[in-house]
Amino acid sequence: MSDKIKTIDGITKESTQEMIDKSLSVYPEKGRKKRAPHLAPNDQSSGSACVKSNKKTVPGVMSARGCAYAGAKGVVWGPIRDMVHVSHGPVGCGWYSWGTRRNLVTGVTGVDKFDMQFTSDFQEKDIVYGGDKKLSVLLREAKDLFPLAKGISVLSECPVGLIGDDINSVAKASSKELGLPIIPCSCEGFRGVSQSLGHHISNDTIRDYIIGTREFAEPSSPYDIALIGEYNIGGDAWSTKPLLEECGLNVKAVWTGDGEIEKIAATHTVKLNVIHCYRSMNYMCKVMEEKYGIPWIELNFFGPTKIKQSLRKLAELFDDSIKEKVEAVIAKYDPQMQAVIEQYRPRLEGKKVMLYVGGLRPRHTINAYEDLGMACVGSGYEFAHGDDYDRTAPEMPDATVVYDDVSELEFEEFADALKPDLIGSGIKEKYLFQKMGIPFRQMHSWDYSGPYHGYLGFPTFARDIDMAINSPTWELVKAPF
Amino acid sequence: MRQIAIYGKGGIGKSTTTQNTVAGLAYLGKKVMIVGCDPKADSTRLILHAKAQNTVMDLVRERGTVEDLELEDVMKVGYGDTKCVESGGPEPGVGCAGRGVITAINFLEENGAYTPDLDFVFYDVLGDVVCGGFAMPIREGKAEEIYIVCSGEMMAMYAANNIAKGILKYASSGKVRLAGLICNARKTDKEFELVSALAAKLSTQMIHFVPRDNQVQRAEMRRMTVIEYSPEHPQAQEYRTLAEKILNNKMLVVPTPLEMEELEDLLMEFGVMEAEDESVVGVVEAAAA
Repeated sequence: MSDKIKTIDGITKESTQEMIDKSLSVYPEKGRKKRAPHLAPNDQSSGSACVKSNKKTVPGVMSARGCAYAGAKGVVWGPIRDMVHVSHGPVGCGWYSWGTRRNLVTGVTGVDKFDMQFTSDFQEKDIVYGGDKKLSVLLREAKDLFPLAKGISVLSECPVGLIGDDINSVAKASSKELGLPIIPCSCEGFRGVSQSLGHHISNDTIRDYIIGTREFAEPSSPYDIALIGEYNIGGDAWSTKPLLEECGLNVKAVWTGDGEIEKIAATHTVKLNVIHCYRSMNYMCKVMEEKYGIPWIELNFFGPTKIKQSLRKLAELFDDSIKEKVEAVIAKYDPQMQAVIEQYRPRLEGKKVMLYVGGLRPRHTINAYEDLGMACVGSGYEFAHGDDYDRTAPEMPDATVVYDDVSELEFEEFADALKPDLIGSGIKEKYLFQKMGIPFRQMHSWDYSGPYHGYLGFPTFARDIDMAINSPTWELVKAPF
Repeated sequence: MRQIAIYGKGGIGKSTTTQNTVAGLAYLGKKVMIVGCDPKADSTRLILHAKAQNTVMDLVRERGTVEDLELEDVMKVGYGDTKCVESGGPEPGVGCAGRGVITAINFLEENGAYTPDLDFVFYDVLGDVVCGGFAMPIREGKAEEIYIVCSGEMMAMYAANNIAKGILKYASSGKVRLAGLICNARKTDKEFELVSALAAKLSTQMIHFVPRDNQVQRAEMRRMTVIEYSPEHPQAQEYRTLAEKILNNKMLVVPTPLEMEELEDLLMEFGVMEAEDESVVGVVEAAAA
């Protein structure tokens, strides 16, 4: 938590509220009433949410949200590489969610990773007569074709929930027949208000079907930890896992980036869970805490300041040998990070960034920009809940605008008023802002770059931000109108 | 906690029978929850003395999402401390009533409606098992005991046999069992014998023969069960007897549904149906004369 109140020249609670009111003024009354509580100036000292969240999107606005299926397949299940993930339903959901999230994996396709698109490809007859028989055939075929897969997940698309296919009983019978964990996940897209419920449903499924069903082969040690909510976007886990190992800890499992189901299943034996993406996996951390007594800690590995704080917080939970190693690691990397800052900070000092991303980056990356001399002038989440906004308040400068499930109109108005030097958001926002001549980075996927996590990621992050902001491109482009 | 699902042909008296039986169980000191799984939402009116209870799906529609609902918004307590919930759903001809049942039951599970103090949960399910949604109450971990309400009428018996087929499908992969037929008498010929015979063919029992009595309608007009309206009336005693039989029932079977021909043979044996005469099939009246 920041100890001092950060302010931005020219931004006051009044100026922010005025900007919000202006963006809301074009809405019809009902929509305005619904949207107003989702937009507010930050109160940094309060440490609590200033906006309403996790509510149904107002019809008619352009929202960037996904669905429960997207949260299940894209976020939680997709990165587990040694399983076959079946999109159960018509072909489109599976196809358009295939390999889109840059959750990188190791391994050889068909041997220890199964990064193909599997779907039950529903037709009329499957809707009318039910898709359960087709599903059991599919599961048998998947096992025949990919005998090395360690498990199969069955991810329900919308129609499955409508026709009431009993995927649980098919999974149970097939699991017995094939001698393989088969995990049914009822993550129909129409459930809930955003992808967030898909994360929750998937966590519940891991709780009911996976956790506690395996043990690690190696003997346990007091330094066994798991890295939770780390999805290895652009190779992030390949930065954080070695970092934690360098600090003397055994990272026994990563959930679920470059993930392996058997390690996930044995995670109930670790001594500590380190959670990165709180929103998508706090549920399982709490389950493991209640059921197995495993404490958990939320850490931030973006930018040298937060990395240093996080490693020291982590070391507090272990003995002196870890504390010594952590200090040695910090001493080793600090000069390297200082060199990065010296290189880029002069080019980025005073630049302003606006963020609008998913589960953790709208708060976790703020300090990494600050390490580079930049300031965050607006931030928000697609699908966060109140506890995420509580955690965001102390990270953001005071009085800057916080926006929940921001509409395209609102975001455009804010950008127009705040004139940021960079916007970090997703593919849906990218072209709008590039057409406005504002440098842009896709911050869901690290824009085909990465890793941005840990000491390994920071130089890449700094380079990319510099490249985006200081590219001469935007000076050369002239609007044709 | 025993979870029980009641199925049967539309209009046979499932909701009336369920509520009177539940009132009987409550009278015997049992804690019961009724989950109405029918968009008509009339499964709890006699227990609550209400015209229509706020249903889960109505409130979902009003508030936007299931996540905006609290259990107390949809659970009411009526006669004998019986907890009542209605899944609700669309008017006939639109939307998907089956999904309404799935959503409602998921909601109840996730919000801790199934408290350990309950002795019974009753699912009063719309007509036949027409789609996956209406099979929700008999999926794994839900009702394991099914009673079919029927009468000596031909179509009611057809329906009962069809429902037994549905149960067979779920019984082969799970723990759901047929627990008996409840005959809600229509005063048809040899009704007792016929329904008993059908029960035997299905490998189950006719757990009780509920005679027809207008006292049921008199109580219903006051939105009450007979047990509450006139506890001394002989019809109230019938429902108490049924409740007691269910309480003590140990006969849970995997049903053996009949092929259509067997069923028709049975009906013919009791004179409910005449033997088929192939020579008259497709012949118009004038030509036959």
